[in-house]
Amino acid sequence: MVKQHKLAVTGAHYGLKDWLVQRVSAVLMAIYLILLAGVLFVAAPQDYAAWKSLFSHQWMRIATFVFFICVFWHAWIGMRNILMDYVHPTAIRLTVQIMVITALLFYLVWTAEILWS
Amino acid sequence: MEAKLHNKRPKHLNLFKIRQPLPAVVSILHRISGVLLFFPGIPLMLCGLQMMLGSQQSFEALQDYLRSPMVKLMLLSPLWFFFHHLCAGIRHLFLDLHIGVALPQARASSKLVFAAGLILTTLAGLMLW
Repeated sequence: MVKQHKLAVTGAHYGLKDWLVQRVSAVLMAIYLILLAGVLFVAAPQDYAAWKSLFSHQWMRIATFVFFICVFWHAWIGMRNILMDYVHPTAIRLTVQIMVITALLFYLVWTAEILWS
Repeated sequence: MEAKLHNKRPKHLNLFKIRQPLPAVVSILHRISGVLLFFPGIPLMLCGLQMMLGSQQSFEALQDYLRSPMVKLMLLSPLWFFFHHLCAGIRHLFLDLHIGVALPQARASSKLVFAAGLILTTLAGLMLW
Protein backbone atom coordinates (compact mmCIF):
# COMPACT_ATOMS: atom_id res chain seq x y z
CA MET A 1 0.00 0.00 0.00
CA VAL A 2 2.55 2.57 1.12
CA LYS A 3 4.84 3.54 -1.72
CA GLN A 4 7.70 5.93 -1.18
CA HIS A 5 8.12 7.76 -4.46
CA LYS A 6 10.44 10.52 -3.33
CA LEU A 7 12.36 11.39 -0.24
CA ALA A 8 9.82 11.43 2.58
CA VAL A 9 9.98 14.32 5.01
CA THR A 10 9.26 12.38 8.15
CA GLY A 11 12.57 11.55 9.82
CA ALA A 12 14.07 8.28 10.88
CA HIS A 13 12.81 5.83 13.54
CA TYR A 14 9.42 7.51 13.54
CA GLY A 15 6.43 5.80 14.99
CA LEU A 16 7.10 3.80 18.12
CA LYS A 17 8.00 6.69 20.42
CA ASP A 18 4.99 8.72 19.29
CA TRP A 19 2.73 5.70 19.66
CA LEU A 20 3.94 5.22 23.23
CA VAL A 21 3.80 8.91 24.20
CA GLN A 22 0.24 9.13 22.87
CA ARG A 23 -0.83 6.30 25.17
CA VAL A 24 1.18 7.30 28.24
CA SER A 25 -0.06 10.90 28.00
CA ALA A 26 -3.62 9.62 27.60
CA VAL A 27 -3.35 7.55 30.79
CA LEU A 28 -1.79 10.45 32.74
CA MET A 29 -4.57 12.80 31.59
CA ALA A 30 -7.19 10.27 32.65
CA ILE A 31 -5.58 9.89 36.10
CA TYR A 32 -5.45 13.69 36.56
CA LEU A 33 -9.10 14.08 35.54
CA ILE A 34 -10.23 11.29 37.86
CA LEU A 35 -8.33 12.86 40.79
CA LEU A 36 -9.65 16.33 39.90
CA ALA A 37 -13.21 15.01 39.69
CA GLY A 38 -12.66 13.41 43.10
CA VAL A 39 -11.41 16.68 44.63
CA LEU A 40 -14.31 18.62 43.11
CA PHE A 41 -16.79 15.99 44.25
CA VAL A 42 -15.58 16.09 47.86
CA ALA A 43 -15.15 19.87 48.11
CA ALA A 44 -16.21 21.86 45.08
CA PRO A 45 -14.93 25.46 45.35
CA GLN A 46 -17.92 27.79 45.35
CA ASP A 47 -16.36 31.19 44.79
CA TYR A 48 -13.31 32.89 43.33
CA ALA A 49 -11.31 32.78 46.58
CA ALA A 50 -11.85 29.02 46.93
CA TRP A 51 -10.79 28.28 43.33
CA LYS A 52 -7.77 30.55 43.73
CA SER A 53 -6.72 28.84 46.94
CA LEU A 54 -7.14 25.37 45.36
CA PHE A 55 -4.78 26.42 42.57
CA SER A 56 -2.39 28.16 44.98
CA HIS A 57 -1.03 24.80 46.18
CA GLN A 58 2.20 24.01 44.41
CA TRP A 59 1.21 20.33 43.89
CA MET A 60 -2.01 21.42 42.17
CA ARG A 61 -0.12 23.78 39.87
CA ILE A 62 2.47 21.15 38.98
CA ALA A 63 -0.16 18.42 38.42
CA THR A 64 -2.19 20.77 36.23
CA PHE A 65 0.91 21.82 34.30
CA VAL A 66 1.88 18.17 33.70
CA PHE A 67 -1.71 17.52 32.59
CA PHE A 68 -1.48 20.32 30.02
CA ILE A 69 1.94 19.14 28.80
CA CYS A 70 0.25 15.76 28.19
CA VAL A 71 -2.63 17.49 26.38
CA PHE A 72 -0.27 19.41 24.10
CA TRP A 73 2.03 16.48 23.34
CA HIS A 74 -0.96 14.19 22.75
CA ALA A 75 -2.53 16.83 20.49
CA TRP A 76 0.69 17.16 18.49
CA ILE A 77 0.92 13.41 17.84
CA GLY A 78 -2.75 13.26 16.84
CA MET A 79 -2.54 16.29 14.56
CA ARG A 80 0.69 14.97 13.01
CA ASN A 81 -0.94 11.60 12.28
CA ILE A 82 -3.99 13.23 10.75
CA LEU A 83 -1.92 15.63 8.65
CA MET A 84 0.25 12.76 7.40
CA ASP A 85 -2.91 10.86 6.42
CA TYR A 86 -4.78 13.60 4.62
CA VAL A 87 -2.36 16.37 3.57
CA HIS A 88 0.07 14.97 1.03
CA PRO A 89 1.82 17.98 -0.54
CA THR A 90 4.95 18.32 1.59
CA ALA A 91 5.01 22.13 1.57
CA ILE A 92 1.47 22.48 2.85
CA ARG A 93 1.84 19.69 5.40
CA LEU A 94 5.06 21.13 6.82
CA THR A 95 3.53 24.60 7.00
CA VAL A 96 0.49 23.34 8.91
CA GLN A 97 2.67 21.18 11.17
CA ILE A 98 4.83 24.19 12.02
CA MET A 99 1.67 26.19 12.76
CA VAL A 100 0.45 23.44 15.09
CA ILE A 101 3.79 23.28 16.93
CA THR A 102 3.94 27.06 17.25
CA ALA A 103 0.39 27.20 18.61
CA LEU A 104 1.14 24.44 21.14
CA LEU A 105 4.33 26.17 22.34
CA PHE A 106 2.35 29.37 22.75
CA TYR A 107 -0.29 27.48 24.75
CA LEU A 108 2.43 25.98 26.96
CA VAL A 109 3.76 29.41 27.92
CA TRP A 110 0.19 30.68 28.36
CA THR A 111 -0.60 27.78 30.73
CA ALA A 112 2.48 28.50 32.86
CA GLU A 113 1.49 32.17 32.99
CA ILE A 114 -2.07 31.34 34.09
CA LEU A 115 -0.92 28.91 36.78
CA TRP A 116 1.96 30.92 38.25
CA SER A 117 0.61 34.47 38.18
CA MET B 1 -8.05 -15.81 -10.97
CA GLU B 2 -6.62 -13.57 -8.33
CA ALA B 3 -5.39 -11.04 -10.86
CA LYS B 4 -8.92 -10.77 -12.28
CA LEU B 5 -10.37 -10.18 -8.84
CA HIS B 6 -7.87 -7.43 -8.24
CA ASN B 7 -8.77 -5.74 -11.51
CA LYS B 8 -12.39 -5.52 -10.47
CA ARG B 9 -11.60 -3.63 -7.30
CA PRO B 10 -13.17 -0.17 -7.32
CA LYS B 11 -10.67 2.57 -8.01
CA HIS B 12 -12.60 5.35 -6.34
CA LEU B 13 -14.43 4.71 -3.11
CA ASN B 14 -17.49 6.87 -2.62
CA LEU B 15 -17.66 7.34 1.12
CA PHE B 16 -21.25 8.54 0.89
CA LYS B 17 -22.41 5.31 -0.77
CA ILE B 18 -20.71 3.01 1.70
CA ARG B 19 -22.61 2.28 4.87
CA GLN B 20 -19.88 2.43 7.48
CA PRO B 21 -19.98 -0.15 10.29
CA LEU B 22 -20.28 1.30 13.80
CA PRO B 23 -16.61 0.71 14.76
CA ALA B 24 -15.64 2.83 11.73
CA VAL B 25 -18.04 5.59 12.77
CA VAL B 26 -16.66 5.56 16.33
CA SER B 27 -13.14 5.68 14.89
CA ILE B 28 -13.71 8.64 12.57
CA LEU B 29 -15.56 10.49 15.35
CA HIS B 30 -12.52 9.86 17.55
CA ARG B 31 -10.44 11.71 14.94
CA ILE B 32 -12.92 14.52 14.32
CA SER B 33 -13.46 15.10 18.04
CA GLY B 34 -9.68 15.09 18.52
CA VAL B 35 -9.20 17.85 15.95
CA LEU B 36 -12.02 19.91 17.47
CA LEU B 37 -10.61 19.46 20.96
CA PHE B 38 -7.29 20.76 19.62
CA PHE B 39 -9.00 23.72 17.97
CA PRO B 40 -11.01 25.47 19.27
CA GLY B 41 -11.02 23.23 22.37
CA ILE B 42 -7.59 23.99 23.87
CA PRO B 43 -7.62 27.82 23.47
CA LEU B 44 -11.20 28.02 24.79
CA MET B 45 -10.28 25.92 27.80
CA LEU B 46 -7.22 28.07 28.56
CA CYS B 47 -9.38 31.19 28.20
CA GLY B 48 -11.81 29.71 30.71
CA LEU B 49 -9.02 28.77 33.12
CA GLN B 50 -7.53 32.25 32.83
CA MET B 51 -10.90 33.87 33.56
CA MET B 52 -11.48 31.50 36.48
CA LEU B 53 -8.14 32.24 38.14
CA GLY B 54 -7.49 35.78 36.87
CA SER B 55 -9.42 38.08 39.16
CA GLN B 56 -12.74 38.44 40.97
CA GLN B 57 -14.13 40.39 37.98
CA SER B 58 -13.08 37.87 35.34
CA PHE B 59 -14.38 35.04 37.56
CA GLU B 60 -17.79 36.70 37.73
CA ALA B 61 -17.77 37.31 33.98
CA LEU B 62 -17.07 33.59 33.45
CA GLN B 63 -19.90 32.68 35.84
CA ASP B 64 -22.28 34.95 33.92
CA TYR B 65 -21.28 33.26 30.66
CA LEU B 66 -21.83 29.80 32.10
CA ARG B 67 -25.21 30.78 33.55
CA SER B 68 -26.73 31.71 30.21
CA PRO B 69 -28.87 28.88 28.79
CA MET B 70 -27.48 29.51 25.31
CA VAL B 71 -23.90 28.87 26.45
CA LYS B 72 -24.99 25.80 28.43
CA LEU B 73 -26.65 24.42 25.31
CA MET B 74 -23.55 25.14 23.22
CA LEU B 75 -21.33 23.47 25.84
CA LEU B 76 -23.07 20.15 25.19
CA SER B 77 -21.22 19.58 21.90
CA PRO B 78 -17.67 20.07 23.28
CA LEU B 79 -18.68 17.89 26.24
CA TRP B 80 -19.79 15.15 23.87
CA PHE B 81 -16.57 15.48 21.81
CA PHE B 82 -14.56 15.18 25.01
CA PHE B 83 -16.45 12.19 26.42
CA HIS B 84 -16.57 10.39 23.08
CA HIS B 85 -12.84 10.95 22.61
CA LEU B 86 -12.16 9.71 26.15
CA CYS B 87 -14.28 6.55 25.78
CA ALA B 88 -13.01 5.75 22.29
CA GLY B 89 -9.46 6.24 23.61
CA ILE B 90 -10.04 3.81 26.48
CA ARG B 91 -11.42 1.27 23.96
CA HIS B 92 -8.29 1.82 21.88
CA LEU B 93 -6.05 1.09 24.87
CA PHE B 94 -7.87 -2.22 25.42
CA LEU B 95 -7.46 -3.09 21.74
CA ASP B 96 -3.73 -2.35 22.12
CA LEU B 97 -3.66 -4.93 24.92
CA HIS B 98 -5.34 -7.41 22.50
CA ILE B 99 -8.56 -7.28 24.51
CA GLY B 100 -11.75 -7.31 22.45
CA VAL B 101 -10.05 -7.55 19.06
CA ALA B 102 -12.44 -10.16 17.61
CA LEU B 103 -15.20 -8.70 15.46
CA PRO B 104 -18.23 -9.38 17.72
CA GLN B 105 -16.48 -7.87 20.76
CA ALA B 106 -15.17 -4.94 18.72
CA ARG B 107 -18.70 -4.21 17.49
CA ALA B 108 -20.12 -4.50 20.99
CA SER B 109 -17.47 -2.24 22.51
CA SER B 110 -18.01 0.39 19.80
CA LYS B 111 -21.70 0.41 20.73
CA LEU B 112 -20.70 0.74 24.37
CA VAL B 113 -18.37 3.66 23.57
CA PHE B 114 -21.09 5.43 21.61
CA ALA B 115 -23.62 4.96 24.40
CA ALA B 116 -21.18 5.86 27.20
CA GLY B 117 -20.22 9.08 25.41
CA LEU B 118 -23.86 10.12 25.09
CA ILE B 119 -24.75 9.09 28.66
CA LEU B 120 -21.78 10.95 30.18
CA THR B 121 -22.67 14.02 28.11
CA THR B 122 -26.26 13.84 29.39
CA LEU B 123 -25.06 13.50 32.99
CA ALA B 124 -22.64 16.42 32.64
CA GLY B 125 -25.42 18.43 30.98
CA LEU B 126 -27.77 17.67 33.88
CA MET B 127 -25.10 18.83 36.34
CA LEU B 128 -24.74 22.07 34.38
CA TRP B 129 -28.46 22.93 34.56
